[in-house]
Amino acid sequence: MSEANLTMGHGAGVMEERPFAIPSKKLVMWLFIISDACTFGAMLFAYGYVRNAAPDWPHHFETASIINVAIMTFILVTSSLTMLIGTRAAKSGDKSGALRFTFITVVLGLVFAALHLREWMSMIHAGVSLFQNPWGAPLFGASFFGVTGLHLAHVVSGAIALTVVALGYKRGRYNADDIEIWSLYWHFVDLVWMFVVPMVYLLNVAQ
Amino acid sequence: MSEASAHVVHHGPPTSFIRKHVFSLDHKVIGKQYYALALVAVVTGMVLSWLMRIHLIAPNWPIPGLQWLSKVGAPGGVMTPEYYLSLMTMHGTLMVFFVLTNAPFAAFGNYFLPIQIGAEDMAFPRFNMMSFWTTFIAFCILVAAFFVPDGPPLAGWTAYAPLSAVGKDAGPGEGLGQTLWGLSIFVFCIASLLGSLNFIATTLDLRTKGMTLARMPIVSWAWFITSCIALLAFAVLLPACLLLILDRIGGTSFFIPSGLNISDHLQPHQGGSPLLWQHLFWFFGHPEVYIAILPAIGIVSHILINSMRKPMLSHKTIIYCMMGIGFLSYMVWGHHMFLSGMNPFSALVFSFPTLMITIPATIMTLIWLGSLYGSNLRINTASLFCLGFISMFVSGGVSGFFLAQPSIDIYLHATYFVVGHFHMVMGVAAIFGVFAGTYFWFPKMTGRMMSERLGRLHFWLTFIGTYCIFMPFHYLGLAGNVRRYSAFTDDFLVPLIPVHKFITYSALFTGAVQLVFIFNLIYSHFKGAIAPANPWEATSLEWSTPSSPPPFDNFGGKHPVVYHDPYQYGVKSSTGDYLMQDSPERAGETP
Repeated sequence: MSEANLTMGHGAGVMEERPFAIPSKKLVMWLFIISDACTFGAMLFAYGYVRNAAPDWPHHFETASIINVAIMTFILVTSSLTMLIGTRAAKSGDKSGALRFTFITVVLGLVFAALHLREWMSMIHAGVSLFQNPWGAPLFGASFFGVTGLHLAHVVSGAIALTVVALGYKRGRYNADDIEIWSLYWHFVDLVWMFVVPMVYLLNVAQ
Repeated sequence: MSEASAHVVHHGPPTSFIRKHVFSLDHKVIGKQYYALALVAVVTGMVLSWLMRIHLIAPNWPIPGLQWLSKVGAPGGVMTPEYYLSLMTMHGTLMVFFVLTNAPFAAFGNYFLPIQIGAEDMAFPRFNMMSFWTTFIAFCILVAAFFVPDGPPLAGWTAYAPLSAVGKDAGPGEGLGQTLWGLSIFVFCIASLLGSLNFIATTLDLRTKGMTLARMPIVSWAWFITSCIALLAFAVLLPACLLLILDRIGGTSFFIPSGLNISDHLQPHQGGSPLLWQHLFWFFGHPEVYIAILPAIGIVSHILINSMRKPMLSHKTIIYCMMGIGFLSYMVWGHHMFLSGMNPFSALVFSFPTLMITIPATIMTLIWLGSLYGSNLRINTASLFCLGFISMFVSGGVSGFFLAQPSIDIYLHATYFVVGHFHMVMGVAAIFGVFAGTYFWFPKMTGRMMSERLGRLHFWLTFIGTYCIFMPFHYLGLAGNVRRYSAFTDDFLVPLIPVHKFITYSALFTGAVQLVFIFNLIYSHFKGAIAPANPWEATSLEWSTPSSPPPFDNFGGKHPVVYHDPYQYGVKSSTGDYLMQDSPERAGETP
């Protein structure tokens, strides 16, 4: 989006005021978030649909996995907080503080991804695949990997994007606005997880 | 942010051939690329419809050369019933995605949206280039399905599961062909999302001084509303295609029920629901109809006002109606599913908002007709196609009343009545909008006029031809002729074959007439009369550019300043009976 920097030359007097007083890049990020919310909405709708239709949906998640998810959630929420601190630092011109906290966010995101993958591996070892599992409705695995996989892809691409933007910010290629714009994405991915946890995990707690 | 710079310069003028014509960042070149792609797709789709129509009236007649396209699908040039369905699928997919979405929205929108609002380019030129080339990749993937061993998929452009989801057992083309289809649409969704993000940001952020939202021409509003619809609709089709591909190659069974026995082969899938696909698909699919028609409505209104030489009764009401249609389009997807086994009560729930859509549609039609009444309409090819659009929109729309009511739809569902309905109201009407736009904007895009004589010939023959094709469809549907049959051997269908013959001859004729258009397009491009700066005496900013075609930055390094509402016609001014949007002059009294 580098050329977008140029589009901000909203020369005084030659252009109409923007209806939202934000740069185009940020507007596009908000629009993308709306669109992405629809994508996740459709995924969760599909999951809810097949779950309701199945007579033997497995209630598989034991206390140990719920504790694991709680830790993952804690890490992701914390990463939103560090992202917030990083954005604030960038906005107030504290470059090293912004970089430090953005990278802490990236590391927390990667820890989240690692914990998630570990959980995936243990489920795969237990015999859960896209088309079968030892406990009941075969779509359990498909929808679990589908929904969490889409989210995980967002986390990983967010971590990559934040790294790229932070490195560019360090070299002066990107500015504080870019950090803020990608922080929006990060918070959105965090928010999506708040829907995934109750729907995918808490609804399926072992009884 | 460099707020101080005098005006926006996105990129310098392109220097190399590749930057100028292939990977161009210029929205005008990208618009033309979209138009060219749509043209290739529409010719392909039309030839496919010819092949189908010929097969319908002469199932055993070998079509020369067809065996070359597919040895299995058309041995000796006689297509198998399955291959008929394959051609139908490709026809629908090409037409809906690569013609009706690309031509009125992506092609004209890219070319004229930035100019009409006084911008130098789209907000994100690089995104813009990417969205075109992503669309192109999607097109290539789709066309590749013709050349895989089993041929193209046969599940229709709606790709209903489980047929589309189970794989090879479901028939030829349901192997690799269907997977390519899913992939192609997946990629197309990404391209459309990129495009609509860009359109919305451009409309909101890059308007020149004085171009308030209320002063935007109707057609810019149409592109803006369409991109808002596309932003949400394609975002839902995207995961649907993902799940379809997973079902096909990942072994999941989101859309495949348990115990399905196909071709004496028990499918290993269990637990899914074909209805889930229909919900996800039509949640996209119905808004898609409006993605096709709203830009055409915008183009037609924009041109009609110009030809009438007076303001519409209320051009803002048309904009509100388009917003209303856009909003309602998300609440009606179930009307495609009345007979799907969905709860009958929900049919009632979906029927109500469907009938509500007729209210904004009727208001718009009444505004067009009421404004035409007593106006001094300038008859030219563009305005004729606008009148043709209104005619198609009404004729096709009226049959929608019948289909919107669950009890009547039980009888008409999946018959030629439906085929006639959507071809007229969504297909032909939108294409008429594209024709009108082409004749109207060609002088701006090339600097030359299109031949008026050939244009009128093209209009009248096309207008009569399309009615001859699609009106009998309604009759066939009422007579119980089911769609997607490749031959009519049932007793009750045999007497209908003469009607089918008439349709086929009309289709061959109307298709051939389009050669007049293509000839006109090519001939006028090189040999047409040099266009004056403002041949239609129009008011909007696209006619204020210093040259035709406009320079790479549209206004030659300046930004126009807008002083007026978009449609200052029928006023006294130094230019005649109209006042351009960027003219500082004040309008005199209405003569």
